[in-house]
Amino acid sequence: MPEVKKIATRDSYGNALAALGAEHPDLIVFDADLSGATKTGTFKKAFPDRHFNCGIAEGNMIAVAAGAAAMGLVPFASSFAMFAAGRAFEQVRNSIGYPHLNVKIGATHGGISVGEDGASHQCCEDFALMRSIPGMVVMSPSDDVEARAMVKAAYEYKGPVYMRFGRAAVPVIHQEENYHFQIGKGEVLRDGSDVAVIANGLLVAEALEAADTLKEAGISVRVINMPTIKPLDEALVLKAAEECGKLVTCEEHSILGGLGEAVCGFLSENRPVPVRRIGVMDAFGHSGPAAALLKQFGLCADHIVEVVKDLCV
Amino acid sequence: MTALEKKQLMIAACQVRMGVIEGVHAAKAGHPGGSLSAADLFTYLYFRALNIDPQDPQKQDRDRFVLSKGHTAPGLYAALALRSFFPREELTTLRQIGSRLQGHPNMNETPGVDMSTGSLGQGISAAAGMALAAKYQKNPCRVYTLLGDGEIQEGQVWEALMFAHHHKLDNLCVIIDNNGLQIDGAITDVMSPYPIADKLKAFGLAVAEIDGHDFDQMEAAFAKARETTGTPFAIVMKTTKGKGVSYMENQAGWHGKAPNDAEYEQAMAELKARLAEVEGM
Repeated sequence: MPEVKKIATRDSYGNALAALGAEHPDLIVFDADLSGATKTGTFKKAFPDRHFNCGIAEGNMIAVAAGAAAMGLVPFASSFAMFAAGRAFEQVRNSIGYPHLNVKIGATHGGISVGEDGASHQCCEDFALMRSIPGMVVMSPSDDVEARAMVKAAYEYKGPVYMRFGRAAVPVIHQEENYHFQIGKGEVLRDGSDVAVIANGLLVAEALEAADTLKEAGISVRVINMPTIKPLDEALVLKAAEECGKLVTCEEHSILGGLGEAVCGFLSENRPVPVRRIGVMDAFGHSGPAAALLKQFGLCADHIVEVVKDLCV
Repeated sequence: MTALEKKQLMIAACQVRMGVIEGVHAAKAGHPGGSLSAADLFTYLYFRALNIDPQDPQKQDRDRFVLSKGHTAPGLYAALALRSFFPREELTTLRQIGSRLQGHPNMNETPGVDMSTGSLGQGISAAAGMALAAKYQKNPCRVYTLLGDGEIQEGQVWEALMFAHHHKLDNLCVIIDNNGLQIDGAITDVMSPYPIADKLKAFGLAVAEIDGHDFDQMEAAFAKARETTGTPFAIVMKTTKGKGVSYMENQAGWHGKAPNDAEYEQAMAELKARLAEVEGM
């Protein structure tokens, strides 16, 4: 088997910002003392006069970015997901969401793959928080190619956007040459007819691996990558429900309020079918190596295989 | 400022106060106390200090004003209406369904409002972001923001001040309405923010302390703010909450309560008498 290239999507974020910055002088970046970790430092190196450190004060940073957007700039504000979506929730809601200002929130270190830092920094609630704000676009890429395309699309879109990137390196599953990203659109990565697995973030690569295993067991799995959690690609979800009849959602997020609930909410009102949600089961994480944690919390191909088999018998 | 210019400001301030009372009375809700304490400041901003054009409210190089103490929107709306950003008759639609005049300022609905505010402590951050952006854009505009003295209990205010000083935002002017009262009572009883000026100085700001009902002192402080370079300027203005309506003055109870019909008549009679007095000067 050929060596699979792995890149953390936070690196993609920093690289995409630096690339976009060259073309767009109205793109500015705010960070809250985490430029090395969020990778906005990559942008800072290229454009030091457009990168503004706000210090450890995320609430202020978010409202500062709102003010800059009100002046016509396109600010990207970055911190860890825990602080950008969690600590600064009310600033995002009132200073960005309510006035529908053109701020892009680039949140890194989402989910439990943060690893050793433990539960205080493992944000598994950001999709839920951000989804609840009217007019907010909420996205999470599966790999480097998608992440960079997503940042570009976010810049081009007029309105508030929340993007979640990961700390850990993940396999590159898309090919740059024939890849096209569109906000609000999912993609069928592998066709199948017995069950559809809808995933985002690092669970997409796991879902593909699970589909291979399940194929050997005689179960045909449709793998759908759903990078945009809001607005949800309802047409693609509906088609999967109609054609496969059973769904499994996978996300590195609490099963409360994220992709799984978005899918269930839509289907329960439009096309009720059996659904299993894979995610963090209403629990806090803890310290440990990312790979071990993902296995322990069932955010891995093996667990997807188990759940799909259970659903299909 | 000539004597005539000052007189015109005093006349406008009476009309702003009447606009506050009319709006809050019609809405049967709202925040008259802090709107009245800042009425002279609203008047000074919109009739003297700000580079604005009511015909072109989105003009790119206009000065910005962020009402960080967003609950005193009735005062801002009255000044905007008097300055012809929208018809004066709209003031009595305050807080009604379908009105452009929301309970707290909405930048997308009300002409002349530069930032949606209301959640205390956030407006000053947005103002700092505007000032930073203006510097990056080489936009010559100035940014003003008004905070309550209770509002500065919010930690975010001090994050914003640290940010504004660190980034040398000398195009930003932070004004604090020191009327001494908040919802639950005297600020000294609830959670004293004193000494305000010393704290601002410790954060690196240049500070002026003035009487917030004296246009000459306002004129001098705003001139100093424009001349100051390298750091933001702060104006701490001592005011009387409810200023201009006798029974509202220095009463915390009038922070967020509307006058009934009898109280409305009395308030308007007092303000009309004051207006006649000023006009006769």
